[in-house]
Amino acid sequence: MLLNIKDLHVSIDGKEIIKGLNLSINKGEIHAIMGPNGTGKSTLAAAITGREGYEITKGEILYNGKSILDWTPDQRANEGVFLSFQYPIEIPGVSMTNFMRTAMNAKREYKNLPPMQAGEFLKKMEEKKKLVDINAKMTNRSVNEGFSGGEKKKNEIFQMAMLEPELAILDETDSGLDIDALKVVANGVNQLKSEDNGFLVITHYQRLLDYIIPDFVHVMFEGRIVKSGGKGLALELEEKGYEWLKEPYAG
Amino acid sequence: MSDKKKENTALEEVTSGEYKYGFVTNIDSDQAPKGLSEDIIRYISEKKDEPDWLLEFRLKAYRHWLTMDEPSWAHISHPPINFQNIIYYSAPKQKKKLNSLDEVDPELLQTFDKLGISLEEQKHLAGVAVDAVIDSVSVKTTFQETLKKHDIIFCSFSEAVKNHPDLVKKYLGSVVPYTDNYFAALNSAVFSDGSFCYIPKGVRCPIELSTYFRINAANTGQFERTLIIADDESYVSYLEGCTAPMRDENQLHAAIVELIAHDNAEIKYSTVQNWYPGDKEGKGGIYNFVTKRGLCKGHHSKISWTQVETGSAITWKYPSCILRGDYSVGEFYSVAVTNNYQQADTGTKMLHIGKNTTSTIISKGISAGRSNNSYRGLVRVAKNAKNARNFSQCDSLLLGDKCGAHTFPYIKTGNPTAIVEHEATTSKISDDQLFYCQQRGIDMEKSIGLIVNGYAKEVLNKLPMEFAVEAQKLLAITLEGSVG
Ligand SMILES: Nc1ncnc2c1ncn2[C@@H]1O[C@H](COP(=O)(O)OP(=O)(O)O)[C@@H](O)[C@H]1O
Ligand SMILES: [Mg+2]
Repeated sequence: MLLNIKDLHVSIDGKEIIKGLNLSINKGEIHAIMGPNGTGKSTLAAAITGREGYEITKGEILYNGKSILDWTPDQRANEGVFLSFQYPIEIPGVSMTNFMRTAMNAKREYKNLPPMQAGEFLKKMEEKKKLVDINAKMTNRSVNEGFSGGEKKKNEIFQMAMLEPELAILDETDSGLDIDALKVVANGVNQLKSEDNGFLVITHYQRLLDYIIPDFVHVMFEGRIVKSGGKGLALELEEKGYEWLKEPYAG
Repeated sequence: MSDKKKENTALEEVTSGEYKYGFVTNIDSDQAPKGLSEDIIRYISEKKDEPDWLLEFRLKAYRHWLTMDEPSWAHISHPPINFQNIIYYSAPKQKKKLNSLDEVDPELLQTFDKLGISLEEQKHLAGVAVDAVIDSVSVKTTFQETLKKHDIIFCSFSEAVKNHPDLVKKYLGSVVPYTDNYFAALNSAVFSDGSFCYIPKGVRCPIELSTYFRINAANTGQFERTLIIADDESYVSYLEGCTAPMRDENQLHAAIVELIAHDNAEIKYSTVQNWYPGDKEGKGGIYNFVTKRGLCKGHHSKISWTQVETGSAITWKYPSCILRGDYSVGEFYSVAVTNNYQQADTGTKMLHIGKNTTSTIISKGISAGRSNNSYRGLVRVAKNAKNARNFSQCDSLLLGDKCGAHTFPYIKTGNPTAIVEHEATTSKISDDQLFYCQQRGIDMEKSIGLIVNGYAKEVLNKLPMEFAVEAQKLLAITLEGSVG
């Protein structure tokens, strides 16, 4: 099993946000998580990637069968966990090329491999840029600096394509994208998808799931997964909205 | 007589007495006794076989120094310096040759490795005897030949005094007079050696001049003197220092650098300063009190200072430009990093005197640990300096919450046509940025290095290519262990 989350509880500043969440993902699967705003989807992504300040008070996260709770964020990344950020961060003065090369070589160092040859690296950049249809000039610019919303999201997928993760988490990568950009993002995911990796696609709308076909859809509400199903569940949600979720919890 | 003067005269009497006594026994040795007096200065001058005018220059400087007080306005603090406890002259000695790198401090070697300095180079820097003819020797020869072809003079200061006395006499102290400040007066009295460079009319120096390649550069000591003259229509790029960590037993360093650019001439002066900053508690580092100033003497002349300051326990340094020629241009690009208990008070002065003069100041301060980093800048526009323009950008980056960043911009405009712009920002490395990098597999320290280098990019880009690469690594190394 690629990812196995058992009874996970996560607190921020002492406030419990995730309240006993279970989720397992096998290699070759795409899982979608849907749910209203503020329900803890990004918190889940932060907990899996090891962000500081997200305290795991109970439960377990197993990645390829090993507990990763003690691993640093960079170790998790180098072991193949990738997060496409809901809000990508700007790093002024650091070119995308430099950033990517540093990241690629960090991973290679972690795997005891020598740094990648410049030529090989640039070739790979070219190839992956085509995949996500990003502007050639973009890689000379500073990381996310002055990028439009769509460019930022495409840039996340570009990085994912470069780093070839085993587990990719996409946190609302579709939000704010027009239909063309959405197709590009979906295309990126579909090209990368294989029997050796898994995806966790966090989304608000079922729209993305027309292009990335999930094997499983989970509905998250108030820190828990309250319903799981197949692709049909996404359509159902689209029709009914999230209001019905609140009812059983009302009282 | 003021109390201060009385005290100084008394001090002088006492010390010169002591000195005379010690002198007899020391006359044949290669080292002056501790302390400072007129006799010590005569001794230095005699040892160096200097002409009378230079001895006079030294003595005047010394007498002036006695009347001065150590400045206390900088945003730094240190225990008082005992100037009588310093040896002001010792003959250039070969460093003790070591037989192999095994004899070198492993920590130093680690740093060399991180900087990517080649093994041969490491040996050279650490003072290990190298038996094979290493590259740098042949490089040096080609280097000297190229200079000769263009009639460029590049030699030690002492050699210049001997071989080009007229040039030295004409320009020495013309930009930084010995009356300028306390440490300038001290340097003028006791300077040991340094570099001299003259670029003749119309010559574009085809290579970067670096002290590293200068023959006889060994052991210039703690009171260094540099004089660079670019004659009409000439160009030179000069590199000072090196990214390898420099250790020195002398705690106090007080250098002077004077630059003179004639009509249409350009001087680009780049420094990477990496003196020993002291240990993590701040013990034992170098005090670096430097006076650097360039005179844009001719019309359309240009002087640019680029500095990367990472070392020293205390840095006190304001590379400046006097824009006397019409249409002259002054530039200052600086990255100053402080960590642990380091203190840096650095900045620049741009004095607009000629008409249509322009200056640009880009300063990036980075503080970590418990360090203090101050920018102090003065932009002054003289009454007749029509159409002067200045743009200043002073940014501070803080790592952690125990360090300090301070900005002291002074602007004095005496002409209504002047346009002076000043921008300042203070920021912190954000957790978001760090996490973003880490999520891509880059560890915490490398992430900090990456972000800091990005922050300093504008300045690093001004450095000559090879220097820039080393400087980037140096920034990252300086900040190791500063977070987490
Ligand atoms: N850094 C934080 N500090 C404090 N509260 C937070 C932080 N991040 C998220 N929260 C809170 O946790 C809850 C879940 O947020 P989030 O995981 O971002 O939800 P979602 O991604 O599902 O919209 C919200 O109530 C939000 O206010
Ligand atoms: Mg979210």
